[in-house]
Amino acid sequence: MALKSAMAVTGVILVLFLIAHMYGNLNAFAGQEAFDTYSHHLRELGEPMLPHGGFLWIMRVVLLASVLIHTYAAVALWRRAGRARPVRYQVTKRVQRSYSSYTMRYGGIMIALFTVFHVLHLTTNTIHPGGRSESPYERMVAGFQPEFWYVTLFYVAAVIAVGFHLRHGIWSALATLGINRQSRQRSLNIIATVIAAALTIGFLLTPLSVTFGLVE
Amino acid sequence: MNITLRVWRQKGPDDKGRMVTYKVEDVSPDMSFLEMLDVLNERLILEGEEPVAFDHDCREGICGACGVVIDGEAHGPETTTTCQLHMRSFSDGDTITVEPWRAKAFPVIKDLVVDRGAFDRIIQAGGYISAPTGTAPDAHASPVPKADADRAFDAATCIGCGACVAACPNASGMLFTAAKVTHLGMLPQGQPEREARVVQMVNQHDEEDFGGCTNIGECAAVCPKGIPLDTISQLNRDLLGSLSSGAAE
Amino acid sequence: MKDLYIEGDEIRDEKAPAGPVAERWDQRRFSAKLVNPANRRKLSVIVVGTGLAGASAAATLGEAGYQVKSFCYQDSPRRAHSIAAQGGINAAKNYRNDGDSIYRLFYDTVKGGDFRSRESNVYRLSQVSVEIIDQCVAQGVPFAREYGGLLDNRSFGGVQVSRTFYARGQTGQQLLIGAYQALERQVQAGTVEMNTRHEMLELIVVDGRARGIVARDMVTGEIETHFADAVVLSSGGYGNVFYLSTNAMGCNVTATWRAHRKGAYFANPCYTQIHPTCIPVSGDYQSKLTLMSESLRNDGRIWVPNEAGDTRDPREIPEEERDYYLERIYPAFGNLVPRDIASRAAKNVCDEGRGVGPGGLGVYLDFADAIKRLGRPAVEAKYGNLFDMYQRITGENPYEVPMRIYPAVHYTMGGLWVDYDLQSSIPGLFVTGEANFSDHGANRLGASALMQGLADGYFVLPNTINDYLAAGPFEEVDESTPEAGEAAEAVRARIDKLLSINGNRTVDSFHKELGHIMWDYCGMERNEEGLRKAVERIRELREEFWQNVRVLGENEELNQSLEKAGRVADFFELAELMCIDALHRRESCGGHFRSESQTEDGEALRHDDEFAYVAAWEFGGTGEPPVLRKEPLEYEYVEMKQRSYK
Repeated sequence: MALKSAMAVTGVILVLFLIAHMYGNLNAFAGQEAFDTYSHHLRELGEPMLPHGGFLWIMRVVLLASVLIHTYAAVALWRRAGRARPVRYQVTKRVQRSYSSYTMRYGGIMIALFTVFHVLHLTTNTIHPGGRSESPYERMVAGFQPEFWYVTLFYVAAVIAVGFHLRHGIWSALATLGINRQSRQRSLNIIATVIAAALTIGFLLTPLSVTFGLVE
Repeated sequence: MNITLRVWRQKGPDDKGRMVTYKVEDVSPDMSFLEMLDVLNERLILEGEEPVAFDHDCREGICGACGVVIDGEAHGPETTTTCQLHMRSFSDGDTITVEPWRAKAFPVIKDLVVDRGAFDRIIQAGGYISAPTGTAPDAHASPVPKADADRAFDAATCIGCGACVAACPNASGMLFTAAKVTHLGMLPQGQPEREARVVQMVNQHDEEDFGGCTNIGECAAVCPKGIPLDTISQLNRDLLGSLSSGAAE
Repeated sequence: MKDLYIEGDEIRDEKAPAGPVAERWDQRRFSAKLVNPANRRKLSVIVVGTGLAGASAAATLGEAGYQVKSFCYQDSPRRAHSIAAQGGINAAKNYRNDGDSIYRLFYDTVKGGDFRSRESNVYRLSQVSVEIIDQCVAQGVPFAREYGGLLDNRSFGGVQVSRTFYARGQTGQQLLIGAYQALERQVQAGTVEMNTRHEMLELIVVDGRARGIVARDMVTGEIETHFADAVVLSSGGYGNVFYLSTNAMGCNVTATWRAHRKGAYFANPCYTQIHPTCIPVSGDYQSKLTLMSESLRNDGRIWVPNEAGDTRDPREIPEEERDYYLERIYPAFGNLVPRDIASRAAKNVCDEGRGVGPGGLGVYLDFADAIKRLGRPAVEAKYGNLFDMYQRITGENPYEVPMRIYPAVHYTMGGLWVDYDLQSSIPGLFVTGEANFSDHGANRLGASALMQGLADGYFVLPNTINDYLAAGPFEEVDESTPEAGEAAEAVRARIDKLLSINGNRTVDSFHKELGHIMWDYCGMERNEEGLRKAVERIRELREEFWQNVRVLGENEELNQSLEKAGRVADFFELAELMCIDALHRRESCGGHFRSESQTEDGEALRHDDEFAYVAAWEFGGTGEPPVLRKEPLEYEYVEMKQRSYK
């Protein structure tokens, strides 16, 4: 039970982060200056109470902790589920379950791998298709050029996986936190779908715009 | 109708078990699924093969004894108990796969028969109201709003068949537990033990090696009595409430 | 007729107090000995069966501090067949202020039982009914409520007061879950030891007292002996002797029959209730019959075609070619005549060849008029779940085509004879619920089976058993006690015999054939010739059974054929006694209609001068005729009248 609550709470933190992250991304449409200033300001947030980059580090610690707890809980529940059904069915059938709930676990792994790549690519710039740059905006634009279609494709696939993960994840977190009622069940599922779809589209917009030359 | 059955046969708890294929001929569409198994068993006995063991009793959908997984669905293609499933839900020439409930908490005893004692132990842990015989006040002493009484009833219709566990990808028994927590928690008589009850029942649930709930909803979808999924949310709410108020100790 | 039985001395209920009927229960509770709470934990009680009567008794005795061992053949006590009761439970609460009272419930029940039950017992049942509702509500049983939050009541089974409490169409389920939870609470508290998947196969009697049982662990096959200071049988009724009935597949007579063979009298075995509104048989493969609530008769009209052999679609049969026979014969009550009368009338029209559906064993229950009058939504709101159930089973839509119904065996009023304390003729053996014979006489009214089961288990037995246990603990007994060893040995021998025959017929085929004999000759209508033939055929079939049954597998495993074989073997013996009982009672009363005893217009005719007694049968020995012991019935409060519904 503690596992599920931890999963729900950390999940909610990560969703809030994603919303902020998407807002940041969408700055790309306001041009290089806006985008770079945004990322610069992230480091100045909370100054002078906090040292330069302090807020960002707090964020990173919180996020990392959330990811670790979320993953730990997920793995624990997964293993428990495996133990709970040692002999599998020969025939299985999904009765009502959504594709998104079906792909929670493998989708989660994919998202974790993607996150590592994403940080190496755009945060640390260790991986640098299209060359290194000090400007976050340039890193992004360079990385999603048409000739690196496979990078874009990977991002698209990952973002869609995130969308599916959120579709079930948001609903599940709300249910675990005791918010579901029979009368609300439909609405909560719609809310989860809408948030998941909005985030998916929001995250797809930026890289695809670069690939298709709408942002240069 | 002629049917091909693939049935799980397992001699005893320690046997490995295997699928065995049988042909059943001249099946009437008006037969219940269990009557079709009866017909097979009568034939097997005359052929000198031990009949397929399966649990069943009332055969009217209320005792909760019967239950097998049919073509991957708990209680088969209709939302009802196995005993109320009729052969008209299948077609001539179908191959039907029949398996027992699969969960560590429900070990197979023989063929399609499993031990669901874990459910009784969850009830023992707190699924009751302590009201020894003779201590009751007049039945009208505490009125219950109709909406609450109806919701309590909806949850109380659980027949303890175990289909929720069988259908859950995690083999979780949370819908069963939540149905009882909700039934008793909706009534004024259930309030004094409400906080302790949920904690004890969930602890017992976890000790019985059921999986954890991840809100997938297959349980409520196969439930022959339509126990609503939101009972699990109600359980979660009660549980968070009792954990934060310290009732867990 | 005396070739089939011997008549012994009369018996009396020694425990029932005299005096005003309203004070008898108080008096008995006062005169009964008590057991000091500290001594209770030294005393043990075995309870067999976990239906309403058994679970409530085990829970209550556990709460009182006795050491209880509870047994059920199902995988969980929650599955006992009380769970299938639909209608409701009566209680003389008079919450409706409609003139109900304890006395009126008492009066209705004695009259409904066709003057073959005891006034003292029925009065106590009515008194206790009030406490049952309180108890169940306190346990969290979600009875139907009105918008003001108070309990709803309805009128049931043609009574003029609304005294029936209900929980949708699942009252039995909700009451049983309440008792089950109370039982599991005691399991947790350590006062009750629960033995599921255990079947009682023999009673252990030591020095004339019931001291234990032999039970088979149905998973491992182990033959176990269990001992206690008293044994309570709450093992239900024996309707499955008819093979097809509304009982659960596992319901059986073995516990009570084995006790009968050890000396407990079996009372009124021929009193069987045949319920008029069941879904008809659809084929030979049929394994059980499903009841449709009696409430359907409030709005449905029952009819058959005028002409025999009319196979037209019912909707194409014009009004003037239909026979609404209940309305025709019983204009005052019409479709709402009591169960026994409605059942027999259906049988009569089917015997005339006017029955409908497969095999001509069915009559129409038509809602076309009700739908026209009330509108489909109103009918749906009232009966929707029943219509759905009907459609699921038959594949027919009752909103469009009339339902088909036929009577089916539903309840057995007979059972082990008990005195006012619910003690059988074996000291220390108590019997509660449907397993005893006590409260319903020759016919049970709707919504009173649940009442009796819970009355016995929660309130009567826990008070009366003290009187017996006060003399305990009794002398220590264990496996080495000769009577225990012999009982276990007898069980093993029987099982070995069943497994070794290896004949050519399955257990079910014998059971079906026995069921046909019973239904044809000891069903809704009986006569001397038929019953004599039945006794003969039962004996032949039993003989064949013991030579030609095939039971595969072994004892040391879950063996469902073996379980069934043991039960059917006992049904054979019971069936013979039922026929003998039916044969000797040359009168029509309640569920027992003898064609030799009817009025000029074909109605049941009782003979109070000759048969106003309980027929308690004593086992005469294997192969020997049973001994009839009569307990005379006296009516001080309710005047004996012939029933009339015209």
